[in-house]
Amino acid sequence: MDLDSLTTTSGEWLRGNGPESDIVISSRIRLARNLAQFPFPNRADDAARTEIESLLKDQLFDLAVGTRLSYVDVRTLNDLDRQFLVERQLISREHAESHGSRGVGISSEENLSLMINEEDHLRIQVLHSGFALDDCWKQIDQVDDAIEERVTYAFNDELGYLTACPTNVGTGIRVSVMLHLPALVLTKEIQKVFQALHKISLAVRGLYGEGSQAMGDFYQISNQVTLGKSESQIIAELKDVVPNIINYERRVRDALIQENRQGLHDQVSRAYGILKNAQTITSEETMHLLSSLRMGINLGLIDDLEIPTVNELFIHTQPAHLQKIRQESLESSERNIARAGYLRLRLTDDDDDRE
Amino acid sequence: MKKCSRCSKPSTLHITEIQEGVAQELHLCESCAKQYLAAPEPMTSESDEFAEKLSESVSEEESESYGQLVCPNCGITFKEFRSQGRLGCPHDYNAFAKELTPLLENIHGETQHVGKCPKRAPEASQKQYELIKLRGRLRAAIDEEDYEMAARIRDEINELEDEVHSSGDDD
Repeated sequence: MDLDSLTTTSGEWLRGNGPESDIVISSRIRLARNLAQFPFPNRADDAARTEIESLLKDQLFDLAVGTRLSYVDVRTLNDLDRQFLVERQLISREHAESHGSRGVGISSEENLSLMINEEDHLRIQVLHSGFALDDCWKQIDQVDDAIEERVTYAFNDELGYLTACPTNVGTGIRVSVMLHLPALVLTKEIQKVFQALHKISLAVRGLYGEGSQAMGDFYQISNQVTLGKSESQIIAELKDVVPNIINYERRVRDALIQENRQGLHDQVSRAYGILKNAQTITSEETMHLLSSLRMGINLGLIDDLEIPTVNELFIHTQPAHLQKIRQESLESSERNIARAGYLRLRLTDDDDDRE
Repeated sequence: MKKCSRCSKPSTLHITEIQEGVAQELHLCESCAKQYLAAPEPMTSESDEFAEKLSESVSEEESESYGQLVCPNCGITFKEFRSQGRLGCPHDYNAFAKELTPLLENIHGETQHVGKCPKRAPEASQKQYELIKLRGRLRAAIDEEDYEMAARIRDEINELEDEVHSSGDDD
């Protein structure tokens, strides 16, 4: 796969038109799987890791799942390309920063990725735009079945799929929904959401899942329990809980508009103004302002910009994406200038393109 | 017992923080730990968080007795598992069953899988675990340049792999 070509596109999951896509950015399901006859990656030496990689890679190539997979050898990539794949949500940070033989199979629509030699031998991930957990499950279940016909997974009747970390054992499933919750953050109501989710054993994380902080008011809600519940029960739990958070966010947005429409309109318009005109801007400020802008579009306060463009800007203004787009390595201060330039170009271009 | 990294009180919480791939050990007393946990530090990976919780939950005396436990297939000790939060091979779930059960109950509230099962169940799981052990021995023999031994183990592995494959491919 030519990673450079990805800088001109954005993943299918960013198209911003799935169910509830004003608040739900994306739905993701991942399965952790291991081969029965090898030690887990952290305990496997270089030779074993290479054997695991080539065995699984061979199986991926003739995987009949209705989509073509490209294989990227993560070991041979430079740091920038690895970071790029992390920003793209195609590999985890742990996979990028790990060592030894490892790689990832990626579908052309970027909604399926198969990480080899991450924490487990195989991490299958499916990512869809909007609130679409059933679609994710349907696809990932098929991919899992297709792989399982070719290899022997580590599994036992009592504990289910055996994983490197006992927090994943059983189904090996992690079901996550990425939510944009600017109004709950603005009114500090988000703390109540966290507390409520914590009580029912759901985890809240930032934009890039594990090991990231919530930036730009994006929160990933996911299950923690993987044993003693079936996949469909776990998915059903998320499907029960997430609409409550969506409604909560919408109610707070409506209240904000009613109480202080002008103030909110001002905040959103200022965010748009800075993004269109800044000469240097940090990643953090960009995320913050894009978040305001995104809410403004959804509330009808801004009408000359569309959600998919904003979704794409979130990803394309990240450090590795910027450097890939510019095809040069940039220091932090240079990136801030390049980021501002890219935002001016994209936001002004979009104005001109609109008819 | 180590002293708290932030004050001079004895430490009760031992944390391995991994930031940008660099591991840093922190030993904290109860009050500093509370402060530390309340601060919005960058989150670590789920497994690292789990390893932290593990080291909090096990006393030093307990860890001494656990330390002796070793998986006969991959050679990981229970102590190593506790510090890393990651097991060494699928067989560890048998080798450390007694110690893992309360942990699993604690994490998941249940200890019986009720979800999806592979259609091709690995009936010969004992043979699969044996393969892990043999592969480890093969590498050790090669490292020691004992090629005669390595060749014997290689034959054993091939034989076992054939058995596993023939039992798996019933169709």
